[in-house]
Amino acid sequence: MGNWDWQVFLQDPGGKIPTYWQWLVSAWGWTVSVSLCSLVVALLLGSLVGVIRTLPDSPWLVRFGNAWVELFRNVPLLVQIFLWYHVVPKLFPVMAGLPPFILVVFALGFFTSARIAEQLRSGIQALPKGQRYAGMAMGFTTPQYYRYVILPMAYRIIIPPLTSESMNIFKNSSVAFAVSIPEMIQFAMQAGEETARVTEMYMAVTVLYVISAMVINRIMAWVEKKVRVPGFVVAGTGGGH
Amino acid sequence: MNLDLSFFNWAVVSSFLLKGLYFSVFLTVVATLGGIFFGTLLALMRLSGKKWLDVPAAIYVNGMRSIPLVMVILWFFLLVPNIIGRPIGPEYSAIITFVAFEAAYFSEIMRAGIQSIPRGQVFAGMAVGMTYGQNMKLVILPQAFRNMLPVLLTQTIILFQDTSLVYAIGAYDLFKGFDTAGKNFGRPEEAYLMAAVVYFVLCYSLSWLVKRLHKKIAIIR
Repeated sequence: MGNWDWQVFLQDPGGKIPTYWQWLVSAWGWTVSVSLCSLVVALLLGSLVGVIRTLPDSPWLVRFGNAWVELFRNVPLLVQIFLWYHVVPKLFPVMAGLPPFILVVFALGFFTSARIAEQLRSGIQALPKGQRYAGMAMGFTTPQYYRYVILPMAYRIIIPPLTSESMNIFKNSSVAFAVSIPEMIQFAMQAGEETARVTEMYMAVTVLYVISAMVINRIMAWVEKKVRVPGFVVAGTGGGH
Repeated sequence: MNLDLSFFNWAVVSSFLLKGLYFSVFLTVVATLGGIFFGTLLALMRLSGKKWLDVPAAIYVNGMRSIPLVMVILWFFLLVPNIIGRPIGPEYSAIITFVAFEAAYFSEIMRAGIQSIPRGQVFAGMAVGMTYGQNMKLVILPQAFRNMLPVLLTQTIILFQDTSLVYAIGAYDLFKGFDTAGKNFGRPEEAYLMAAVVYFVLCYSLSWLVKRLHKKIAIIR
């Protein structure tokens, strides 16, 4: 502690990558790509599960959706990542050839999908029932009134929780260190050990995490502003009038 | 591949898992109590209306909340021995980390809880001549705790799941117990599956209890 030596980032780690700072940038790249790919998986699956939990007259689909949410919410992320990485390829030979990156994206994506499904369900249920009936009365089919009436408003309602979920996914991607994805935590541990400059490595990684979170936050705020419906007060956000 | 769960007998449970379960539960309880205590202090600092109390608390809370827990665990494992001047084991480091980390999350819950109490209650307390401390202790905090109880308990379940992340510094918790047993018997896949089942049963039953409690409190109110 005490004397900092930031020139350590110019040293050669002795591998394919010429310097530590370039290794750090590559680790950041892994963090960002794991997070963004997982976010896509989570949004797709979470939307699907969230919607089927609100379908009228389909008790079994609703039960399936509820079971999905309970399953992925009640097992720690670390355990889920180990299951995808070590157990799934052995149980399902089809998935044996998949690269670790894909398995971790599935793990983080499925884990987050349960949370997004829960948010979307409460977003849909926060809408007045009349909107659904209005869609039905217009003669829309179920997919049609979800597509044109319910979902456009429900997604706007859940932008604030989606923002924090997108920031969570960046933080949660750090758990991938446990299955040797070369992301930032893995970098911090390895580079810290090799150079004995642990504080500098941790600081750099921490700053990059904070920057990533802030960028995501700004992007989501921009999205929220862009898609705002004039005069529509979103429930529970404290905004509007 | 064939799953063979036969190696899971009482000897494995008692020699590998119980020690880990004990630590995970202990860590959860200590971090919850400590987190609520310091979290309430942080929340009171933020609501005090005094800048020199509000700003440091806000920086602490938002700082903790924007860094991944694994990173915080690593930081404390690096810094705490430097600060107190002697090496400590990963278990002690984990306890300090979780109290400090959870305080940030609990403070946000407590802040929302305190703000959910109608202003009239605060004025009523002042009107009968209570000091700020008396008002908080006798009027506001008891109601805030009650409103927040389900959220606090849900956070505790999340906290219990998060304790598995002490894997990063090699502390021996429930997951580490499964990990070690699986590696010792050459059956890691079965061990991870069992770990998932055990965590699921524990967390699902707890969240079911919280749901029931929530209903009960809602009826009384």
